[in-house]
Parts: sequence; structure tokens; C-alpha cells
Amino acid sequence: MTYQSTIRFLLNGQEKTVSSVKATLTLLDYLRLEERLTGTKEGCAEGDCGACTVMVGRLQNGALHYETVNACIRFLASLNGCHIVTIEHLAGPKGRLHPVQQAMVDFHGSQCGFCTPGFVMSLYALWMENPQPSAHEVETAIQGNLCRCTGYEPIVKAAMAVNQYGTPAHDYLNTERATVTAQLTALAQTTRIETGPEDDRAILPIDVADFATVLAENPKATIVAGSTDVGLWVTKFMRPISPVVFITHLDELKFIKMTDDALTIGAGVTYSESQSAIRQAFPHLGEYWDRIAGWQVRNMGTIGGNIANGSPIGDTPPVLIALGAEVTLHSTKGYRALPLEDFFVEYGKQDRNEGEFVASIRIPRASASQIDAAYKISKRRDEDISSVAAGLSVSVEDGIITDARIAFGGMAATPKRATAAEAVLVGQPWSAEVFDAAAKSLAEDFSPLTDWRASAEYRLLVAGNLLRRFHLEHDTASDVPARLAIA
Amino acid sequence: MKDLQAVKGAAHQNLKHDSAVKQVQGRADYTDDIAEPIGTLHAYLGVSTVTHGKILSMDLSRVRQAPGVVTVLTAEDVPGVNDVSPTGRHDEPVFPTEKVEYHGQPMFAVIAETRDAARRAAELADVEYEVLPHALDPVAAEKAGMPLVTDPLKLERGDVEAGFDAATHRISGQMIVGGQDHMYLEGHIAFAIPGEDDDVIVHCSTQHPSEAQHMVAHVLGVPNNAVVVNVRRMGGGFGGKESQMNLFCAVAALGAKKLNRPVKIRPDRDQDMTATGKRHDFVIDYDLGFDDEGRIQVVDSQFAARCGYSSDLSGPVTDRALFHADNAYYYPNVRLTSRPQKTNTVSNTAFRGFGGPQGAVAAERMIEEIAFALGKDPLEIRKANFYGDETDGRNVTPYHQTVEDNVIGRIVDELEDSADYQERRKAILEHNAKGGVIRRGIALTPVKFGISFTATWFNQAGALVHVYNDGSIHLNHGGTEMGQGLNTKIAQVVAEAFQVDFDRIKITKTTTEKVPNTSATAASSGADLNGLAALDAVEQIKARLVAFAVESRGVSEDAVEFRPNHLRIGDETIAFDTFIKEAYMARVQLSAAGFYKTPKIHWDRASGTGRPFYYYAYGASCSEVAIDTLTGEYRIERTDILHDVGRSLNPILDKGQVEGAFVQGMGWLTTEELWWDDAGRLRTHAPSTYKIPLASDRPRVFNVDLADWSENREMTIKRSKAVGEPPFVLGVSVLEALSMAVASVGDYRTCPRLEAPATPERVLMAVERLRAQG
Repeated sequence: MTYQSTIRFLLNGQEKTVSSVKATLTLLDYLRLEERLTGTKEGCAEGDCGACTVMVGRLQNGALHYETVNACIRFLASLNGCHIVTIEHLAGPKGRLHPVQQAMVDFHGSQCGFCTPGFVMSLYALWMENPQPSAHEVETAIQGNLCRCTGYEPIVKAAMAVNQYGTPAHDYLNTERATVTAQLTALAQTTRIETGPEDDRAILPIDVADFATVLAENPKATIVAGSTDVGLWVTKFMRPISPVVFITHLDELKFIKMTDDALTIGAGVTYSESQSAIRQAFPHLGEYWDRIAGWQVRNMGTIGGNIANGSPIGDTPPVLIALGAEVTLHSTKGYRALPLEDFFVEYGKQDRNEGEFVASIRIPRASASQIDAAYKISKRRDEDISSVAAGLSVSVEDGIITDARIAFGGMAATPKRATAAEAVLVGQPWSAEVFDAAAKSLAEDFSPLTDWRASAEYRLLVAGNLLRRFHLEHDTASDVPARLAIA
Repeated sequence: MKDLQAVKGAAHQNLKHDSAVKQVQGRADYTDDIAEPIGTLHAYLGVSTVTHGKILSMDLSRVRQAPGVVTVLTAEDVPGVNDVSPTGRHDEPVFPTEKVEYHGQPMFAVIAETRDAARRAAELADVEYEVLPHALDPVAAEKAGMPLVTDPLKLERGDVEAGFDAATHRISGQMIVGGQDHMYLEGHIAFAIPGEDDDVIVHCSTQHPSEAQHMVAHVLGVPNNAVVVNVRRMGGGFGGKESQMNLFCAVAALGAKKLNRPVKIRPDRDQDMTATGKRHDFVIDYDLGFDDEGRIQVVDSQFAARCGYSSDLSGPVTDRALFHADNAYYYPNVRLTSRPQKTNTVSNTAFRGFGGPQGAVAAERMIEEIAFALGKDPLEIRKANFYGDETDGRNVTPYHQTVEDNVIGRIVDELEDSADYQERRKAILEHNAKGGVIRRGIALTPVKFGISFTATWFNQAGALVHVYNDGSIHLNHGGTEMGQGLNTKIAQVVAEAFQVDFDRIKITKTTTEKVPNTSATAASSGADLNGLAALDAVEQIKARLVAFAVESRGVSEDAVEFRPNHLRIGDETIAFDTFIKEAYMARVQLSAAGFYKTPKIHWDRASGTGRPFYYYAYGASCSEVAIDTLTGEYRIERTDILHDVGRSLNPILDKGQVEGAFVQGMGWLTTEELWWDDAGRLRTHAPSTYKIPLASDRPRVFNVDLADWSENREMTIKRSKAVGEPPFVLGVSVLEALSMAVASVGDYRTCPRLEAPATPERVLMAVERLRAQG
């Protein structure tokens, strides 16, 4: 069997073919060191500062979609058939500045300028998607971009004014859409891709069946979807990860299926791609979803990855466990489904056999009596890892709590249900006293750790207070605001 | 004479940053963007894995054998002096030989064909240590009997003992104020290219090219004239690149000279944050007496700082904490002492404000203490304690400098009015009185900030101005550009002086070849010092042009006038470039070196008296916050600022400095937390763990104004005032507003003593403390 051994893509409109691409070669190093496109900067090499923001266009079921990513933790090998657009490619008509660039200049959005190309790329993506954003929408779009000089005010003002300088319809990425779509269609892989040296090998299966085969052949392979965590294994810890199976391009893992009784999401669906379905099916998760990392990471990271990774501080597991989600694993041997909470066995260990991969997540729709909430507590409100994350799903019938599913992240070695607190609630009347008792019982459920995000004492206290908040904000007798408004 | 348009881009105009267009295009080059010559190698530091220990043996054979490694540098490779201490105390080795004193301390450098190879090899050292006990914070270090890193300072005025005897009320307490990482977006980097003989050129990202030059020469054992240091621009500095680049410059130069190949060193973000200094954390013990009106009668405070393992700039930083321990308040009897404590942490360094903000925040804590004790609005206490003037005699600082330019009363009155402070405070009190989960707070805090380096000799600057024979102008000065718009401002000064359009002037990289013996671009002094040096150069050239006009036209000096892009010489009007060409043909020297030194200042550290500051900059901010008393989460609802920059050289750039400084100051006091584990490892060493403000953290309403009526009383450049550091202190209003919101839980009877940074955790814990008191 001969496989494709090159990675082919468009870089700023130009076709590139790169052979023997190391699995761990980041897009940022490729741009800066091999193409000498130095407008894209390295600020942190961990996807937290946004100085390396570039745009990636990809065909998904035939449609071309552009989104921002952190080039520092994106691997070049994952970009076959994509269009990479960097700051150097932005231009306005007749060689003038691009509307985003001109707005940034006119509103004095740059001081030292090092973060500026990244901001320009994020604002470019925002303008393409939402030409007249509110201040809150701008803030959400630049959660993944740090600026240490300006205090952001001029950048937000520039972002809100971009549309006065030009409309997206006239932008290159729109006017050239048909051409680029044709070019990318021609670059799409037609066989499995295997590239890179033996000790740093990248494999891109042609479809899900092939993915299962690849895993059967390479049971120790590192599976990489969004690379928002594995990227750091490479850039921060220099950990060997070969062979790597890249799955971002597998459309079969990108399905979203909404039925009357459940929302089912393919493991390859990103946070951004799932956002509207999540908001529709589970309105309480809308605001929570916007607080998962920054926009670039939401464009890259997948729910499947967040689960498969097994971190005790992932954002999605607690809220999905509370909703009673079920995870489906796939291998050459077939499918296996289990409750999500059972997937997390202990720290660093999940119920995933060799050759298996996370295929999809099924989240049952809420019953009429169910009240749902999702809370995230972090040192900084946005783009921070939670010190405590909580999902609560409580059913109340005739003033009596009939069911309670409460799961926490950041409180134990795995995302975990608060079974003692749940037991305190079930069968009791909906009242402040009952929730207070449940809050107190959390000490039986959890002995959290102290680290740089929060002390054990704070974690336990705030977890209890989140139960009190839950009662307060869903109590019809109370009209006192139980938490700060976001926008 | 035809009507001439005013020149474009003269002083006092709103002009965009001179690199803005390049920056938005990604075409502004930083050190890492410079094209590398063939043969360029990459260095990486190998660091200690214990917090305090004697080095028993260091086996680097695995490092040397790693793929791609060319050489390893250790202390044995240092031909000159193995030291990069900026104050000459010889307490900061490039590579230690006997002991390591903090976790992550550089011990050697690997040089390899690629940065990746060097990084991987740097992990392979086999070092044996005898582990010694360590102390991380100033309290533990004092208890452990660790020495001070430098001499402490004492400021004293009046009679403290008599003051306490006569005091109506007395309160003592302690405040812990955390440090801060600079988190400049561009980290440290140096790129050395060897030349012939002893020569080496170092491109780097330092705020202090002359010091880097001298340090490289010192380490290489060559005269300063063998070393050239170049800085085109920095991706942020904030003080973090004042002395901290010395090590990286020295390592790159050592490698380049040893191998005769270009060597670049760029630590990753984690190493940048663990191996370079930060803002000093302080533990402040205060004791104060005050009367029934809340007027301070006496203050006795000690400022202990986490200095780290070496002195670096800790002496002047802790000195400046004392210089600002009065913030804007008159202390009739006062004693302030510093305790620059050695600790087993990275050596702390300059950071915007240079100890001043830590001094000022302690003053504001004392104001709070008085307000809560007397049940008054803290603003009333602030006003009662502001410096006065010669009429009331309440105008002498703890260091015996007379405050001559006090405008804090007017600034605060205007802001109180424009921010509608009284009405909003009333509404907030009513809101909080209803109880509930969400509590609100408001605070209006002042700043008075002394301008000049307290090391008097640093208050000098040079500039070099060339007028080419086509009338284009090339300008160099000793200052460095880190985003603040210094080059833009100085070019505006030159444009105005020559009466030519701004775009005729080109400023290129700062280089030790053009202007020697410069001071750091620090202490907010960049425009003050370098602007007047550039003006001096321009005036010399202008004088020669006038003399030439007088001689060639036979007119008097009065008849020669620099008009926009022209000269008027008697009845003749001649374009600037035409006249320049003529002057060149007549062999007039069209280049000049300018110089400036700040007048009036003097400082006697031993007696703690003098006039360390040429003048003061003032400002005030008013912040309103809401806190969630179940979680400690908060939001800044609104901030209003009125800040004094004298007669601004460029109001829009100054406004950018004020806004940025406020948000950075707010970050220091809210979410930016440095956290060490018990083993002595800093665990917050990248943006994933160290949280600077985001756009969504800035105030929901943000009104920033410059005091347009202000003019510097002193003869500064165009009567402007320095702007870099003073507005950083404005972030204090956020901490004070949070404190008020917390205090509402205890009905404002108790000062919450909220420590900084006031993370959601600290806010909730303070709420819990007040709740527990009932």
C-alpha cells in the first residue's frame, strides 16, 4: 500500500508541498523558521497569548470555512488541504492597509506592537463573521489575545469600527472563495498520509474506518484532534509523541445530531462548531461555553479531546456528567458506550482500551422538571483554567427534589459526582436549608488540593456556595441577583 | 510671503506611533525577526533543580554529546569577570560555581545548531548538590537569619516618639503586597555577531543598551569600545528589560566570541519567567497615629521586600518604596525604614513604578484604617491629609523635599465632580444596606509621583542629529522604544524645533555607537531626558544655519526665522531643503551631538535628605466594583481617571500610557498572582498560570482624561511631564473599591485588610473573616 507522504496546503494563496513533515513541527516554527514569515510572533508557545494567531481555511463537507488558530500549538502535519492565512497576506485595495489594520492604526491599538499581528488576525476573523460586533462580542473574540501595553480600550474601539473601513464582501477571502475552494479540493488527500521520520511520524487516516485500522496497527499512537493539550506536551515538555494520528480532518467525526431526546456530538466537533447546538439544546451552557479558553482554542479544541484527555480540570466533563452524558468508544472491534462519569477511572487513567478512540458523546435532553446550571470559578474570568467547575441538574416535582446530578471539576483527581450532596438533596423539599445541608456535605465528597489556582479551603467553600447560588437563582421567591451579570 | 501651513506632527499634536503601520502589518522587526547569517547557532540555559544548594559536581558530558550540540559554556569560559550585577556588587554570577540560590537559576549554557537541540540538551546535566535550607519570603528569610542584599534606607522627619505620645488614636497593622511578572509579550532575547579583534555586536531587547554594552565588555574582559549594543524596538519592557537582559547578552557574546559564529539566545516563556526578576513583593508593617478628624499625626512603617538572591536593583527599588510611602499625604512626624531582604528566589528587579506603587498602596491602606476606625468616607480622610503649600507648611516630604508644584487638590476635586462620586457612593451605600449576594464599592485614590532617577548621575542624556544635504533628518538618542512612543515624541520635538514636517525625520535603532554612556529608558524619564538632549543638538545646528544665513544674506540674526518647512531670511522665503543644500555647499556642519542633565536635583542617602525629584506628576482615579459574596468573583463597573502630564507632547499617546498603566496596575492588585510551592518552585510561570488582565477585565465604563490645564512648573521638554509610571498607581482605586464592597459585609466597622493581589479567593476569604466577626 503506498500512502501520500507529503503535506499539501495553500499558504497565503500559494500552493505548498512539504515532504517528510515531522509530527511535532508546529505551524509557527514552520512559518517563522522555514518560510521566514516573521509577522506571526511567539509569545508563550502554549496557546494562551494569541501573538501567533493565524487563520486557517478548511473544507468541511465541501464548504470552505476560515477560523483563527494558535500557530504555536498547531501542527503543520494536521493542515493538509487547508489554506493558511498569515498577517503578511492582509492588504486593502490598491496596496492600502486592510480595514482591520487601518482601524487599529487610527484608534492607536498598538504600542509595543508585538501582540498586534495576532490581534489583527483575531479581529479580522471577527469582522468576517460579525461585521458589527458589540463590545461584549469583541471581548469574547479576543479572550485569547493578551496585550500588556494598551489596556485594550483602543483595540476594542478599533474592532467596533472596522466595518466603517470596508465590508467583508469585498475581502480577498470572500472574493477568492470559489478559487480557493477549487484549489483545496484538489489538495485533499485521497489516501492515508504517512509522513515524517520514524521517530516523529505523522499519520492522517483517510476516514474513520482507516483511523480504527491505524490504531489497531499502532496501539500506542498519540491521537491528536485540536492539539490544544498535546501541543503543549511538545512545546513545553518536549515529550516524544510519535507516532501521531491526526484526526481533525475526519468529517465523519464532525457530526452534530439533534433529536427530541438527545444531542449527539461527534468527537471531532470543536467547541466553536458545537456552540449553537449546545446553546439551543442546553441554554444554561451558552455563557459557560464562551468561557472555555479563548476563541482560537475553541476553534481547535474538541469536546472529544476534552473528554479523552481525562484531565480533572477540563471544562466540559462536569457539566456533561451532570446532564447524564454517555460516551461512545470505537475500535476495529466495534462500538462501546458507557456513562461519561465511568470513563474517568482515576487520575491519568480512563476506561479506554488499546485501539479504542472516543467517537461521540450523547447528551440526553432535559426533562420538564429538570433545572440545570453550569458554573465556572477561576482566578481570571475569561481564558483561565477553572479552580472549580460545576454542573448541576436537579429535578423538582411539586416542591420536592426527585433527582440530583451534581458533578465537579477541580475538586478531585477526576471530574466527579458529589454523591453525598446529591443524597442530601433527593427526597427533600426545595429550600435554602436543604441546599445549605448539601453544601456542608461536600466535605464528605471531596478533599481538594491546594495549588496556584486556589487553596483547598477556598475550593471547598466555593463549591458549597455554588449549591447555595443554584438554589438562590432558581428560587422563584427570590428576586435578588445571585451572581454578576456578564455582558 | 505666502501663507504657510503649520508643520505636521509638531509637539503637542495627536500623532500615531511612528511604527503603527508596520506593526499592524507584522513588518515591524523585533530581535528574533532579524535575518540570521549563515552559521548562526542557538544558546539555551541549563538551570538548577534545587532551591538552595552547594554544587558538589556538575557533569555535562551528556549535554555535550547530545545531537546538534556545538559547545557548552560554564564559568570556565568567562575570560573577563563572571558577574553581571548592575550595581557592581559582584553578587550575580553569569554561571555560578559553588552554590545555587534559587530554583531555576542558570548554571551553564548549551550552544547548538538549532534552538530545539539546545533546549533538549540543556535538560541533560547531571549535577550533584548538597541541599541547603531555603527561605522564600521576607518574613521567613528574616527568621532564618538571612542577610539583606543591600543597605537599608531610613527616612525620618519630626519626632516619631513624641508624635505617638500625642496621638489621639493609634493603629498598627501589616499589609502583604504581592509581586508582579512583567509579561511583556516579547520575552528576553539577545543575538551576538562576532567581529574582528575583540569586537562583538549584540542585537537585543534591552531598555539599557549602555549597561548591556558595559556588562558584555566586563564579562569578555575587553574595553567597552569593543562592544556595540543595538536595540531597534522591544515588544514591551516595563522595567523587566532594564538589567535582566545583561545575562542573555553576556551569554550570546561569550558564545559568539568563543566560536566565532553568530549566537542567538531566546529562553522560552517559562524560563523567561522563572529566571528573570519581577516586581518586589512587600510585607509592610505600619504604625500610625491620627486625630478625630482623621488627620495623620505620626507614621512609623517598615517595608520588607522579597529581593531574591542578589541585589540587582533592589536598593533603589526599596528606596523608592519609601519615597512614595507618603503617596500624596503629609506626615508631620514620620519614620520609614526599608528592609531589602535576601530570599531564595529569583532576584527581583525594576517594574514600572520601581517600588513606588508598593509604597503608595501602603499609604492608602493607612487611610482606610483611619476611615473605618472613624466611620468616615475614605475620600474625606484623603483630603484631610493631602500635602498643602507654603502657607500651611504641610509641604515637606519624609525626605525633606519641599513639594512646590502640588495640584492634587484640584485634580481630586475635578474628578470627584466629573465622576459623580458623592451621588454614586450614596447609591452604593443604599444598595449594600439591602444586603444580598452582590455588594458594591467605590473608591477615589490619588497619586503623586516623583520624577527623576534617585541615582542622580543617571539624569543625563545624549542625542545625535544629522541633517542630510537633501533636507532629510536622522535622529538618534539614548532612549529605547518599547511601545511608549518615545521616538514619536522626540521626533515631534525635533520637527517643531526645525519647523519641518514630522515625516522628514527618521529615527533608527538605539545603538551605543551613536550615543554613548546612556541611562536606562526607565523612571519615566525617556522623553524628559532625551527630548532635551535632542533639542540641544537641534539648537546647535539651527545656530549654525542662522549664522550662515546672516553671513550669506547680510541680515541680522533677528531677520532669520524658521517657518513651516521654510526659512524666512529678511524678505526672502526659502524652502528648508533648498537652504540646507546651500548650507552644505557652503560647508556648514549639519550634524550635532546634544546633551542634557537635569538641574536642581541632589540626594544624600546617608542622611535621607535632599531633592531627589525634579518635579512631581499627579493624578487620581475613581473605580466602582461589584463583588459576589458567594464566590469572591468581581467586576469593575466603571473607572474615571484624571491625570496630569503637564503640557502633553502627544495627548493621544499619553492617554494610551495612562489607560495601559491603569490596567496593568489593576492586574497587579487583582488577578496577577505569583505562587511558589514549598519546594521553592515558582508555579505561575506562563500565561496559562499567571493571569494578566484581558479585554473583558477592563472597566465596563472607562473615562480617561488628561488635566489639560496643567503645565510643568519646571523647564522640562515643552513643559510636559513624565507619564510612564505615575498612572500605574491609579490601579489602587480598584483594590480600595473592592475593600469597601467587602467591608459592607461587616457594616463598614472593620477594615477588611484585603491583601494584594485581591484574587476572587482573597476577596471571598476576607468576606468570610468579616462574616465570622458577626
